[in-house]
Amino acid sequence: MNQDSVIKVKNLTKRFGSFTAVDNISFDVKKGEIFGFLGANGAGKTTAMRMLSGLSKPTEGNAIIAGYDIHKDTEKIKRNIGYMSQKFSLYEDLTVAENIQFFGGIYGLSREDIRIKTPLLIHKLGLDTEANMLVGSLPLGWKQKLAFSVAIFHQPEIVFLDEPTGGVDPITRRQFWDLIYEASDSGITVFVTTHYMDEAAYCNRITMMVDGIIKALDSPANLKEQFKAESIDEVFFELARGAKRKADLT
Amino acid sequence: MKQFWGFVFKEFLHVFRDKKTLLLLFGLPIAQILLFGFALTNEIKNAKVAVVDNAKDLGSKHLISKLEASQQFIITQFISANQIESAFKGGKIKMVVVFPADFYKNLMHEKLGKIQLIMDASEPNTATTLANFAGGILQSYSISLQGENKMPININLDTRMLYNPSLKGSTNFVPGVMALVLLLICVLMTSVSIVREKENGTMELLLVSPFNPIMVIIAKAVPYLIISIFNLIIILLLSVYVLDMEIKGSLTLLFAESTLLILTALSLGLLISNIAATQQVAMVVSLMGMLLPTMLLTGFMFPIENMPLPLRLISNIVPSKWYYIIVKNIMIKGLGFEAVWKETLILLGMTIMLLILSIRNFKTRLS
Repeated sequence: MNQDSVIKVKNLTKRFGSFTAVDNISFDVKKGEIFGFLGANGAGKTTAMRMLSGLSKPTEGNAIIAGYDIHKDTEKIKRNIGYMSQKFSLYEDLTVAENIQFFGGIYGLSREDIRIKTPLLIHKLGLDTEANMLVGSLPLGWKQKLAFSVAIFHQPEIVFLDEPTGGVDPITRRQFWDLIYEASDSGITVFVTTHYMDEAAYCNRITMMVDGIIKALDSPANLKEQFKAESIDEVFFELARGAKRKADLT
Repeated sequence: MKQFWGFVFKEFLHVFRDKKTLLLLFGLPIAQILLFGFALTNEIKNAKVAVVDNAKDLGSKHLISKLEASQQFIITQFISANQIESAFKGGKIKMVVVFPADFYKNLMHEKLGKIQLIMDASEPNTATTLANFAGGILQSYSISLQGENKMPININLDTRMLYNPSLKGSTNFVPGVMALVLLLICVLMTSVSIVREKENGTMELLLVSPFNPIMVIIAKAVPYLIISIFNLIIILLLSVYVLDMEIKGSLTLLFAESTLLILTALSLGLLISNIAATQQVAMVVSLMGMLLPTMLLTGFMFPIENMPLPLRLISNIVPSKWYYIIVKNIMIKGLGFEAVWKETLILLGMTIMLLILSIRNFKTRLS
């Protein structure tokens, strides 16, 4: 195992009754890596991510996140991760600045830190004139960027992004990925689930999940070579063809 | 702690940004008190009365002047027996008093007076109330005659109004409205505000954060606790200064018991938020689950003693029933804690049970 792995997953399994949502998965993620988690809806991506971010307890297996055990040190893990969920999730009835300040506080930043860093972040996002506008009145693309910035506002080791670009146009998606690259350059490990295959190509490495099992794990280029495919799309369809679970391949 | 107050501040921002909620929070108690106090009151003043005086003797004269002297009645017309129906059809007359011929003579010699009261029973509550009141006047008259002649005069009327001799309507409903408003606001607001976080996906963000989930719940409850106590003060001020009601018991005890009911309501709201998936569901469950039982089974609109056994049993699990008894005892009868400790204990037990249930439920949902 690599020494600078920030996520080490070993035989992780989650069952809901007789249904096995995630079936014995193992992988490592290196520091600063952009790690893509691909799969059809219902393949187990979100369940796996929820276990890694401490939202749900694994049935079996173990994982070390930022050096902490997910069974024992959930509280410490929480201090070292950021999270952005599928749904756009900031408070629409609070202003841009209020949202940043609130989440900064919740993630344990000091008042002084928040006071200094809030205007910097607002300036970086180019939202200076909108700082005191309600978030609900911003266009979706801006909200997504703001949500991502809020998720990494406390400089976590790892940020978990659960289908962050759902419903956003391709140009905004591209801009969003610029933010992800920037975060990765500053040393934040990015763990991202998506079902946009073009986004998969932006990742350093990707895993393909089918029926709760990891079917492939490598860099996009290697996967294309291995499956003799023109695009990640083809690789995915090749792998997903055997899926037993009903899933809409959108 | 700093994070906690930051959270409470954020909750207040939610409340004050949403003008509709704000209107509901502060408009509801005021509207309820004024509505019940003035529009829906069962206190009756100046009911118009017609008299059919076939006697025209000393007895009828005395009684008519006594009826006039009361605040409840105004005698507007003297009519003959065949005009009774048309008097009622005019719609203004609530009661007709009929004196038979030789009323006073019979009263003196046979010791038996007969008077007929004809009520407009299209409003049954008003009719009963007026009949009772008129009966009281007749009886006091017959007793005064007894005193002069030292001879028993036979009238079978026994209607008395305890605690509310002037038939004031407001006293009974104020504790009921207090229960209604506190329960409704706390249950509705807590459940909706928690479910809103679930619906918006912000709950996940909070749960992933190092902020303690139980603290999330407490921080959410604090603003509504404060707002409810503020509402309580408004209700009491309106009752005392607008409805001329007197608070006989200890204010401190009243506020302590009210805080207990608020806590019951907050834990109920939490429980509902665990079950409900959307804000609409939370709202419907809170309204249906709170409004109807509180209105019907608390006892302030319909007396529970008159209900069939199953409903009487069900009324025992309605928290507002116990609160209503407590507040009535403190506010109207001026009793102390020794009179309400049993009800307080029941309410406290309910709160603890609800709290345990909802926190356990909340925790299992997390894992």
